[in-house]
Amino acid sequence: MTAEQLFRERAARQILVFDGGYGTSIQKYGLQEADYRGDLPLEKDQKGNNDLLCLTRPDIVEAIHTAYLDNGADMIETNTFSSTGIAMADYGCEHLVRELNLAAARIAREACNKAEAKNGVKRFVAGSIGPTNKTLSISPQVNDPAFREVDFDTLKGQYREQCDALIEGGVDFLLVETCFDTLNAKAAGMAAREAEAAAGRSVPLMMSFTITDMSGRNLSGHTIAAFWYSLRHLKPITIGVNCAFGADLLRPYLSELSKISDTLILAYPNAGLPNELGQYDELPARTAELIAEWTREGLVNMVGGCCGTTPDHIGAIARAIASAPPRVVPELPVFTRLAGLEPMHIAA
Amino acid sequence: MNTQASTNFVNVGERTNVTGSAAFKKLIMAGDYARAVEVARQQVENGAQIIDVNMDEGLLDSQAAMETFLKLITAEPDISRVPVMIDSSKWSVIEAGLKCVSGKPIVNSISMKEGEAQFLEHARKCMAYGAAVVVMAFDEVGQADTKERKVEICSRAYELLMGIGFPPEDIIFDPNIFAVATGIEEHNNYAVDFIEACREIKQRCPHVHISGGLSNLSFSFRGNETVRRAMHSVFLYHAIPAGLDMAIVNAGQLDVYDTIDPELRTACEDVVLNRDADAGERLVDLAEKYKGTDAVAEKAAEEWRGWPVNKRLEHALVKGIDLYVVDDTEEARLEALHSGGRPIHVIEGPLMDGMNVVGDLFGSGKMFLPQVVKSARVMKKAVAHLLPYIEAEKDEGAKGKGKIIMATVKGDVHDIGKNIVGVVMQCNGFDVVDLGVMVPWTTILQAAKDNDADMIGLSGLITPSLDEMVTVAHEMQRAGMTMPLLIGGATTSKVHTALKIEPGYDGPVVHVLDASRAVGVATALVSETQKDGFVAQTAAEYAHIRDARAGKGQSALVPIEDARANGFVIDEALKPGAPLQPGLHAFPDWDLADLRETIDWTPFFRAWELAGNYPAILTDPVVGESASSLFADAQAMLDRIVAEKWILAKGVVGLWPCRREGDDIIVHVEDEKHVRVPMLRQQIAKREGRANMCLADFISHDGDWIGGFAVTAGHGIESHLAQFKARHDDYNDILLKALADRLAESFAERLHQYVRTTLWGYAPDEQLTNEALIKEQYRGIRPAPGYPACPEHSLKPILFEMLDAPHHTGITLTESFAMWPTAAVSGFYFGHPQSEYFGVARVGRDQLEDYAERRGIDLETAERYLRPNLD
Repeated sequence: MTAEQLFRERAARQILVFDGGYGTSIQKYGLQEADYRGDLPLEKDQKGNNDLLCLTRPDIVEAIHTAYLDNGADMIETNTFSSTGIAMADYGCEHLVRELNLAAARIAREACNKAEAKNGVKRFVAGSIGPTNKTLSISPQVNDPAFREVDFDTLKGQYREQCDALIEGGVDFLLVETCFDTLNAKAAGMAAREAEAAAGRSVPLMMSFTITDMSGRNLSGHTIAAFWYSLRHLKPITIGVNCAFGADLLRPYLSELSKISDTLILAYPNAGLPNELGQYDELPARTAELIAEWTREGLVNMVGGCCGTTPDHIGAIARAIASAPPRVVPELPVFTRLAGLEPMHIAA
Repeated sequence: MNTQASTNFVNVGERTNVTGSAAFKKLIMAGDYARAVEVARQQVENGAQIIDVNMDEGLLDSQAAMETFLKLITAEPDISRVPVMIDSSKWSVIEAGLKCVSGKPIVNSISMKEGEAQFLEHARKCMAYGAAVVVMAFDEVGQADTKERKVEICSRAYELLMGIGFPPEDIIFDPNIFAVATGIEEHNNYAVDFIEACREIKQRCPHVHISGGLSNLSFSFRGNETVRRAMHSVFLYHAIPAGLDMAIVNAGQLDVYDTIDPELRTACEDVVLNRDADAGERLVDLAEKYKGTDAVAEKAAEEWRGWPVNKRLEHALVKGIDLYVVDDTEEARLEALHSGGRPIHVIEGPLMDGMNVVGDLFGSGKMFLPQVVKSARVMKKAVAHLLPYIEAEKDEGAKGKGKIIMATVKGDVHDIGKNIVGVVMQCNGFDVVDLGVMVPWTTILQAAKDNDADMIGLSGLITPSLDEMVTVAHEMQRAGMTMPLLIGGATTSKVHTALKIEPGYDGPVVHVLDASRAVGVATALVSETQKDGFVAQTAAEYAHIRDARAGKGQSALVPIEDARANGFVIDEALKPGAPLQPGLHAFPDWDLADLRETIDWTPFFRAWELAGNYPAILTDPVVGESASSLFADAQAMLDRIVAEKWILAKGVVGLWPCRREGDDIIVHVEDEKHVRVPMLRQQIAKREGRANMCLADFISHDGDWIGGFAVTAGHGIESHLAQFKARHDDYNDILLKALADRLAESFAERLHQYVRTTLWGYAPDEQLTNEALIKEQYRGIRPAPGYPACPEHSLKPILFEMLDAPHHTGITLTESFAMWPTAAVSGFYFGHPQSEYFGVARVGRDQLEDYAERRGIDLETAERYLRPNLD
C-alpha cells in the first residue's frame, strides 16, 4: 500500500495526530551561533537559521521529531519551513537548498523508521514548505501598487527546487503551510504537482491557510472559502488552517472550511495568543481541551500544534482525541466555485 | 443591498475591455491606470459579479498592460473581491494574467480553432492554474453559425474536456452571438440558432454554463442606442430561459423588457425570433423613429401632475405610481438645493411625509400589505435616485430610526416573508440591510458589525433552518454581542424561540409573528423609553413558556416496540392494484393554462397577510377591496405568465413495486436497485382504539405499490425577478414568487389527479371539482418529506435519486434539503384507501437510535435531522 492509501485508511477510522512547533523546541537547547554554523564556510551570521540544523546538528532535529513521535504523532514535518533559495538568501545559504531538504527528509524518515520499529504503527513524513518571505500579491512600495518583489515563475522555480529535493529525500507528502498569500500558495502547489509528476511517484499535496487578523482573512485578503476555491484544483489530500491564533479563535473558520471542503481537514493552531513578551503561555491541557471541542463538532481529520506547542501539548492532544470519531468528508453538490477575495457560486 | 452569493444569471462587467469601451481604451493607451482602476471599481459597485479584463489592442503591449492592471486591482479590495475574467485572443496574454490573479478566475477564451492538440494543451494549463474557462464554438473549419454547428462543436469540446478530467461546472460555452437584421438573408436566423443551441447544449453537456457577448447582436444599429438596448433586452428575455446564464454586458444599460415601447419590442422580437423574412426591414424602418429620442414616450399629463412637487410625491407614494417618481424626486432635490437644503432633506421631508401617510393608513387598517409594497417600490426608486447625491455629500447624520440586518439563514432559499418584512420596515423609516438568502452566520455577524446595526432579523421556512437560527444565536453569544435578535418565518414559533433560541443568547430575542408586528417590535427595541420594559416583558413571557413546558411534563411516549405493536392495520383486501403505467414518467413542459385552473387561492392571500377564504375574501367588508385589487393584479400577471410562457413547469412521477419491512418501505426502483425508505412512527401514548401511525403501515408486507413525484413551477422566473429587482419593484417580485408557489402546488394537485385516474389508474372515474380537490376528497395521499407525516427532510435526496429528479425537473437541494427553485413540491404517493395524513410529533431516543441504524447514518446526524421531533 502507498503512504497515501495507508493514510486515507487510517483517516477514515480515527483522527490522526500531527506534530507541534519546532522553533519553541529548538529554543530550549539554547544554541549559539557556532552551533548553527557548525563547520560550514558561511559569511553571514547563522543564529536563528533553524533549518540549517538539519546539516549541522541533525541530532537535535531528530530528537525533536522523536519526542513528537513518542507523544503520539502519526505524522511529522521536515524542518524545512524556510528551505527555499529565496528565504535562505537572508542567511547567504541559497546554495544549500538541495542539501538542506535532502538531509531534513532523511532525518525525519529515519526518526519515523525508529518509531515504527517500536510498535509497528506506520508514521508519515510531510515535507514542510513555508510561504517564503516574499509575496506575489502585495507591493512593498507604497507609491507603486503594481510593483512586486518577485514574479510567479521565479517563485514557482524556487518552490520546485525545494520540492524536488524533499521528494528525493523520501517524504511521503508535501505540506504547503502558513499560506499568507494565496497566489504564493498557488505557485507552490503547482510546483509540488509538477515535482510529483517528474518524480513519477505519488506524493500527495497538503495545504494550510493562515489567518492574519480577526477579519478571518489571510494577508492577501482572501476569506477561507475563497482560499479553498482558489486551490481546489490542486486536489490536496488535506486542506486546513495553521498558526494564526489559538484553537478557540480558529474554531469558526475551521467550522466553515469543514463544511465546504470535500477533502480531509488538518488544523494545527498556536498555543493560544502570545503574551506581551511574545511567549506562548497556553498549557497543554488547555490546548487539548479546545481541540477536543472541535472534534465534538466533527470538524477535523488530523490535529497538531504550531507556534508555542511542545511534545507535551501533542501528548495531551493525542490523549484528548483518542476516541473521538473523525470528520466525515462531505459529498458536495456540483456548482461553479469562483473566487476573488470572496467566494462566488454559480448554480450548475 | 442584495449580496446573494449564489446566482442564476451572471452579469460580467464589460467596461474594463479596450475592445468594448472606447473610454477605457483611451485611459489605458494614455497610461492613466489610476482612472482605469476607477472604471473597474464602478463596474463592481454597479453590480458586475465578475469583471472582464481585455487588453487586446494592436498598439499596446497587451501582456504588460494585462499584468499591470491585474496587479493594480489586486491592491483594491473593493474590486478584487469579485472574480476576474482574463480575456484575450492571445494565449500568452492569458497565461501572463493567470500568473497575477490570486483567486479563481475565468479564462476567456480557448477553442479548437487551431486543432484539438492546442485546445487540450490550453485546457490542461487552465486546470493547472485553477481557472474556469470560456470555450468558443470555433473549430478548424471556422466559427459555428448554425444551431447544428454550435451544438456539434460544443459537444465535441465537452467530450474532449471530459477526457482530460476537466470539471464540467468550470466550462462556459460561448456559442457566438452574431449580428441580425444585417440585410443578408442568411443572417436572419442567427439569434434563433443561438437560443436553440443553448437549449440543446445544456441538455447534452451536464453542468456547463453558457455565455455570450451581447453587443454583436445589434451591430447593424450602431449609433442607435434605443434600438440596440431594446434588442439586447428582448434577446436576453428569450435566451435566459433557454440556458444562457452569463453575459458580458453593461448591466446599467439594459432596458426592462416590460418597459420597452410595445411597437419597438414587437419589432425586435420579430427580428430576434426570425418570425418572417421582412422583420429586419421593418425594424430598420422603425429605428429611424428612435434616432435621438427617448425610449419611453412621455405619457399624457394627468391632473395631479399639475400639483406642487411635494404633493405629487406624496400622491405617488400613497397610490403606488412609479412612472414619474424619478423626475419628481430630481425636481424636489433641485428645489431643496436652491433653497439651501440638501438631498437628504428630500427623504426626510416630502418622501417621509408621504410614507408616514402610508404608514398611518396601514396602521389603521385602511391600506393593506399589497398596496404598501407598491408604495415601497416608489419610495425605493426615489431613494435610489438620491443615494448617489447623498453619498457624495458623505452625510453622517442620515441615520434613520434604526438599522436592521435581515437574512434568510444558511441552507434556506425562501425569502417572500423576509422581503415583505423588509419592505414594511423600510416604509417605517428603518434602514434595512438585506443580505439575501443562504446567508452563513459569519456574514450576518460581520454585516451587523460593519453596519453598526441595531438588531438582526433572521428568517427561514424549512425546519432545518430552526437549527441554523440556534447556531446564529449561539455565535452571537460567543462574539459577545448584545443587540436584539428577531426571529421570523413559517416554521418558527414563539415556543421554539423561547425553548431553543432565547436561552442561548443573553441579548433580547423576540419571535415576530408576521410583518405587521415587525414594526411594533423593532420600534420598541430602538426606543429609549420602551426598550427595557419590552425586553423584560418578553423575557418573562418566554421564561413562563419554558416553565409551563417543564411543569406540564410532555405527554408520555411509549417504547417504540409498543408503538409498533399498536400500529395501524390496513385491510389487505383494499390494497390498490398494479399501476397501468409503472415506472418513471417525465413531464418536461406541463401546460400552464391547465395549472392555472386548479390554483388554491386561499394560501395566496395568506402569504400577503390577508385573512379569509377564497372566494369570500374578495367581498369581505374589511379586506375585500385590497384582496380584489391584489387578485386582479395576480390574474393580469398570470395572463402574461401563461401567454408569454414565463415559467417552464417540469415534473416527474415514479410508480414502483415495493414491500413493507418493519417501519421501512423497500422500493424496487429498477432491476437490481432496491431502495430502503425508513419512516417514523408516532410514539405519543394513544387512547384505546387509536393507532400509533407510521406511513409504512399503509404498505403491505406481501408486495404493494408506491409512488413518488417532484414538480416545479420555478424555472424561468429568475430573469423576471431580476428585472423587477432592477426596477426596485418588490411588489411584482413578491407577486411573481407567490404565484409560482401557487402554480407548483397546483401542479402537484393536478399531477396527483392524473396519477389516480390514468398512470396508476386506481380511480379512473374520479370526477372532482376544484373545491373538492382542495379539500382532498379523493383516495390516497401524497405526504412530503419535511411535513408532519414524514418530518425528516433528508428523505428528499433519496426520493430525488429514485426519481432522477434533478435531471427531469432541474430541481436541486441545498445542504439543508431545501428545494431550488423554491416553487417546488415533492412527495410520495400512497394509494391505499385507508391511508391518511397525520403528524409524527415527538419521538423517543429508542426510535432515534433505531432510525439512525435503518437510515444508515450516525447518531449525531440523525439527531440533527430529527431535532424538531426530539425533546
